[in-house]
Amino acid sequence: MPVVKFLRQRPQLTLLLLAILLAVLPFLVGASLGKSWIRVLDFALLYVLLALGLNIVVGYAGLLDLGYIAFYALGAYLYAWLASPHFGLHLPFWAILPLGALLAGLFGVLLGAPTLRLRGDYLAIVTLGFGEIIRIFMNNLNAPVNITNGPQGMNLIDPIAFGDFAFKGTHHVFGIAFSSAHLYYYLFLACVLLAMLIALRLQDSRIGRAWAAIREDEVAAAAMGINTRNVKLLAFAMGAVFGGLAGGLFAAFQGFISPESFGLMESIMVLCMIVLGGMGNIPGVILGAVLLTVLPEALRYIGDAQRALLGHVAVDPADLRMLLFGCALILMMLFRPEGLLPSRRRQRELHPEEGPGEHASLYDSRG
Amino acid sequence: MDIFVQQLINGLVLGSIYALVALGYTMVYGILELINFAHGEVTMFGAMVALAVIGAVMGVAPELPGILIVLAGVLVAIPVCMLLGFSIERLAYRPLRNAPRLAPLITAIGLSIVLQNVAMLIWGRQYIAFPPLLPKGQYEVLGAHISNLQIFIVALSLLVMLGLWFMVKRTRLGRAMRATAQSREVAQLMGVNVNTVIAATFVIGSALAAVAGVMVSAYYGLAHYYMGFLLGLKAFSAAVLGGIGNIAGAMLGGLLLGVIEALGAGYIGDLTGGFLGSHYQDVFAFFVLILVLVFRPSGLLGERVATRA
Repeated sequence: MPVVKFLRQRPQLTLLLLAILLAVLPFLVGASLGKSWIRVLDFALLYVLLALGLNIVVGYAGLLDLGYIAFYALGAYLYAWLASPHFGLHLPFWAILPLGALLAGLFGVLLGAPTLRLRGDYLAIVTLGFGEIIRIFMNNLNAPVNITNGPQGMNLIDPIAFGDFAFKGTHHVFGIAFSSAHLYYYLFLACVLLAMLIALRLQDSRIGRAWAAIREDEVAAAAMGINTRNVKLLAFAMGAVFGGLAGGLFAAFQGFISPESFGLMESIMVLCMIVLGGMGNIPGVILGAVLLTVLPEALRYIGDAQRALLGHVAVDPADLRMLLFGCALILMMLFRPEGLLPSRRRQRELHPEEGPGEHASLYDSRG
Repeated sequence: MDIFVQQLINGLVLGSIYALVALGYTMVYGILELINFAHGEVTMFGAMVALAVIGAVMGVAPELPGILIVLAGVLVAIPVCMLLGFSIERLAYRPLRNAPRLAPLITAIGLSIVLQNVAMLIWGRQYIAFPPLLPKGQYEVLGAHISNLQIFIVALSLLVMLGLWFMVKRTRLGRAMRATAQSREVAQLMGVNVNTVIAATFVIGSALAAVAGVMVSAYYGLAHYYMGFLLGLKAFSAAVLGGIGNIAGAMLGGLLLGVIEALGAGYIGDLTGGFLGSHYQDVFAFFVLILVLVFRPSGLLGERVATRA
């Protein structure tokens, strides 16, 4: 397409246009699709943050983690404990968010340390078990000492606030009305951009190359002098930090958390985002996260379509969503296992018959 | 003391159900090195189909003895699950047999989601009660109660496991399965039709799952579209505990896990001074899983080394 070619040749202009688009996106979406879609947008950004974190563990280091959502849960619960009437504490978010990220990182190491010898399916199962254990504790730690408030969850969580400026209700700045969904959008966007920057820099760093090395061949990596233990632990911790951060933001944004939000299905969902988008490749990961957050929402309209076609709603669209999602996973794996925007390296791995690409070289760790 | 005996009995009953499901996991893993995440859902389908048939038979011929009606349900559920297992392998796993490991794993997860939701669309979201058809009766053993149903479950699963054992050790198909598990390529060179063997593995595992599904729904008196998921995870833990890929290991692991879970649930309150209660029952399977994988990745009876996975 000529437009794409035009923009390819002018990276600065493309960036500027992209920045403007991202800045006005919530207003565009709010005006064209309705206010509720701004919240969908916010959730999409949160999932991008989560997917970027998981991508470090799975995409970069090749450690299959099916309990990732436990870190998200830890961040969210820590935020809820320290900023809600549950314990009567109302600490400011800038004190809690790093604490949540730290706690999650610590648990990342705790999970990583005993599982260092495991790989592949076994690691997936252990991390899955870890996630389930955390969830069962969240569900049951309401008696005899009420720590998590059990299945009811915790509510009245403080919103994010800069001094007196709370992300709550509608604010007017320069005559423009910003709802809290708008404000969270910009905050999350900033976090996502920061996370992207970190993820990109990590990928090119010594650590990133070490991750790629252990992903490809752990024995060879160890023989080359890479301290595989530390490097793996770092991957777990780094991914968990992103998860914990996203969890804290989620708790503040939602104002309410319950164990239901942190089930195994959520972990699988985030994993699917990075697999469908294109593992190890940041644009792919972002695309996957946005697609998988927005598509289920869009599928709500299936109900309307049925009414128009059949005159009544034959199947509740909420019931169909997961079915279609499962089918999409299977079909995707059968026909395009490398994801929508694959990294070059993975594409080579999955289509060896096509031979090395023209850019392939031994030193091409960016994949 | 009577609590101990009671929990031991409960654990053995639960464990023999886990063992039946675990066999399906372990046989598939032994041959394909694939965790068939959808196996728990096959179990659930077994329970649901059996309950649907039982309901239908009760509507047509309510005068039949209860045990015959349940038998009719089981006899329909088994072939349905076998067909399901066969199609799963054929449509979802076979095309990916030489793909990187992550692809079949994701497919398995996708399948499990699809099967759950199909079951939900067919049978709804509500719990389905297992009608009280089986003859009641309780005995006292060492101060604990044991019911007819419990004896029946343990006896039937032991019988099924013996049958499987015989099949694997003594028949041509069993030998072909063992050969394929050792090395797919060499087995193929020796004239074993590997595709048939793999399909047969799925079909046999699914038949066992159907039986287990009916058992578990009869034991708890309930069935639900979501029941297969946790059951599957626990059965997988049992398979890992015994040594994945090892058939005797799955049986041992299932029984052990059931007992650990029941004893854990019975005593955790006393051990933690009432801080943690019996609703932590589900935690034990995962703790056992993690401990086993960390300290003895090959399981109790296994020889394979986990790092190969």
